[in-house]
Amino acid sequence: MTDLLYARAQMGMSLAFHILFAAAGVALPVLMVLSDWKGRRTGDADYPKLSQKLAKGTAILFAVGAVSGTVLSFELGLLWPEFMGQYGEVIGLPFSLEGVAFFTEAIFLGIYLYGRERVSPGLHLFSGVMVAVSGAASAFFVTLVNTFMNHPSGFTPSASGPMDVQPLVAMFSPGWQYQTAHVLLSCYQASAFAMAGIHAFVLLRYPGAAFHRKALSVALPLACVTALLQPVVGDLSAKHVAKAQPVKLAAMEGQFETERGAPLRLGGLPNVETGEVPYAVDIPKGLSILAFADPDAEVKGLNAFPRDEWPPVAKVHVAFQVMVGTGSAMALLALVTLGWRWRKKAWPHGRKLMWAWLLSGPLGVVAMEAGWLVTEWGRQPWILRGVMRTADAVTPVPHLAAPFWTFTAVYLFLGVTVVFLLVRQVAGTLPSRDSRLTGGEAHAH
Amino acid sequence: MPTDAILGFAVAGTFVLYALFGGADFGGGVWDLLASGPRKAEQRALIARALGPVWEVNHIWLIVGMVLLFAGFPRAFAVLSVALHVPLTLLLLGIVFRGAAFTFRTYDTRGDTAQRQWGLVFSGASVIAPVLLGLCVGAVVGGTIRVEGRVVVSGFFASWLTPFSWAVGALALCLFAFLAAVYLTHEAPGSALREDFRRRAMGAGVAVFVAALAVLLLARDGAPRVWEGLLRSPFALALHAGTAVAAVAAFALLWTRRFQWARVAAAVQAGLIVLGWAASQHPFLVVPDVTLHGAAASPGAQRLLLVALGVGTAVVVPSLVLLFRVFRPVPTRRAGSEA
Repeated sequence: MTDLLYARAQMGMSLAFHILFAAAGVALPVLMVLSDWKGRRTGDADYPKLSQKLAKGTAILFAVGAVSGTVLSFELGLLWPEFMGQYGEVIGLPFSLEGVAFFTEAIFLGIYLYGRERVSPGLHLFSGVMVAVSGAASAFFVTLVNTFMNHPSGFTPSASGPMDVQPLVAMFSPGWQYQTAHVLLSCYQASAFAMAGIHAFVLLRYPGAAFHRKALSVALPLACVTALLQPVVGDLSAKHVAKAQPVKLAAMEGQFETERGAPLRLGGLPNVETGEVPYAVDIPKGLSILAFADPDAEVKGLNAFPRDEWPPVAKVHVAFQVMVGTGSAMALLALVTLGWRWRKKAWPHGRKLMWAWLLSGPLGVVAMEAGWLVTEWGRQPWILRGVMRTADAVTPVPHLAAPFWTFTAVYLFLGVTVVFLLVRQVAGTLPSRDSRLTGGEAHAH
Repeated sequence: MPTDAILGFAVAGTFVLYALFGGADFGGGVWDLLASGPRKAEQRALIARALGPVWEVNHIWLIVGMVLLFAGFPRAFAVLSVALHVPLTLLLLGIVFRGAAFTFRTYDTRGDTAQRQWGLVFSGASVIAPVLLGLCVGAVVGGTIRVEGRVVVSGFFASWLTPFSWAVGALALCLFAFLAAVYLTHEAPGSALREDFRRRAMGAGVAVFVAALAVLLLARDGAPRVWEGLLRSPFALALHAGTAVAAVAAFALLWTRRFQWARVAAAVQAGLIVLGWAASQHPFLVVPDVTLHGAAASPGAQRLLLVALGVGTAVVVPSLVLLFRVFRPVPTRRAGSEA
């Protein structure tokens, strides 16, 4: 592997790792506050207990998110000094605001986690809300940076770097509203599905565990709502990509030739040598309809662009298929669950649906990582689309294999430890054997 | 005052705050490693209690400093990232292990062995990180990082592996340990524990003095600008004199057991040391090839950054005050045990 590839691998690995914890840091506070609020409304002691469990999970995940986020803020320079050296000033504003949001998130998380006994219940709940708001704000600002990289604006490029810099224009580069909404939803969706999966797992083994039913009743509404909203937002996002970043769309869809009435290709593995997508299922005119709301609309193919500006087509296409596939499965499950809830006036707890939620537990995370790969691979070979190539931004420091393998090992270790600690947290809430045998405690929702 | 000077001052300010808060957290890790005597477990518990609610917040000053640096002085950030790639990467590993191990120790309930292992990772990383931070500072101020055009030509090791940098690394470690010990005298719930940290604070204070002396002596060859500043610049001299006064005051206050004021004096001392570093390399960001002005972002970008800084201050400062008020040491317990 070349140093460039190691640098990309290290950045990608660091981000893929950080995204998991960042998403949890955005969403878990919401679930935590929701359970607190439900506890205050119902007077049921299980909800504060759930909120405390979630708070412990948040503390572990946020700590790892905080340190891995620090690593990223340095890696921007350690791996891509040319990018930061030239464009740091253009895109520094959202980064600074993200810093502010991160600050308030950490401050109020400290009060929320350690101050339960020291502050009034009102201030405690307020701190939880501030954590949730700051988490969302910080994800919002950092996504603005990615939007800028996908669609650079707010400066005039020149040989010596950016001229006429307008950071406010750069901060809200075209498409920002779709991308930020898509990302924020994915954070809530991934976390709510993971939480629902965990509690479904416990409920399959201990159908009578009232605590876990209540936990499920906190996770399911958020999971269902986000799973149904996400396809709508995703469609808007894809329509924007179709207009603004046609090469990326062509790679996502495996569209090699420019054509009118382009079909939607489901699955398949694009072959850049032959320009075909074997094993794909074609839906006639599907892509033209989805991307431009017109069955005969022209969709630009990869061949309309210079070969050295193509992203890695197969990777982008497969990642996109994974995201859309898992997203559709989650939306379907949400529909079925909401239908059940509407007819029976209670959240489901039957074995079939519990199995479905257990199996869907990881899908939100899978979709989130796949979606992120689509946007990152889809932007290659550019770090700043159309302006600076990734290869021109990389550090001159040699032997980048060393930091890559070091951080890979460290993150693997951290990941395993976090899973281990979270499993122990959940294990602490399992009912004793007796209640497993006697089963039927009160149905709670 | 031009915007680049204000921003430069802001960057120095975040480093001061990082030293005072984040640095003291590293120092807490040092004392966790060196915990000894009959109250070993109590010492560690006090450190964990003091760090728990605030370490993540304290650590963000470093990120704020980084962001201000790359948004306000992108060229300098690029140069530093290349020249100091190796120590910064090692520093990051230290930061990752320090934070993760501290949290894991808090939530890992498997018993003493697991606690000890996480504790060792936490405290070991807390010792290594300050030294690496000092090595980087030594290289930045020592004039060993050389840049031609946009290219760093001084290699990836030579610039930060100098005797002067090592001395700065030792100074950073001693200073952070000193700060932590002084803070802990104030936060300790009982007089025995307080005396433990008073002894540690005075020992670390002596170590700070020795390390600072070594830094100044090695500066003659290792950091000519610092050395010249000592001899010529009245401003730098005044800062160093202020540092000396604060150091003597901190020692006297520890001696006479006025812990609350000792804390203030120690913080002033540490703050002035960091400011003294910043002043001695002014107007350079990376001595001798990158100046504040030369690395600065365009004026428009700088002005917006200042606005963001203002917004951030308005949001963060009241929140911080709330945090520290919520977790200030409980006064009744202190009054009871004060003899």
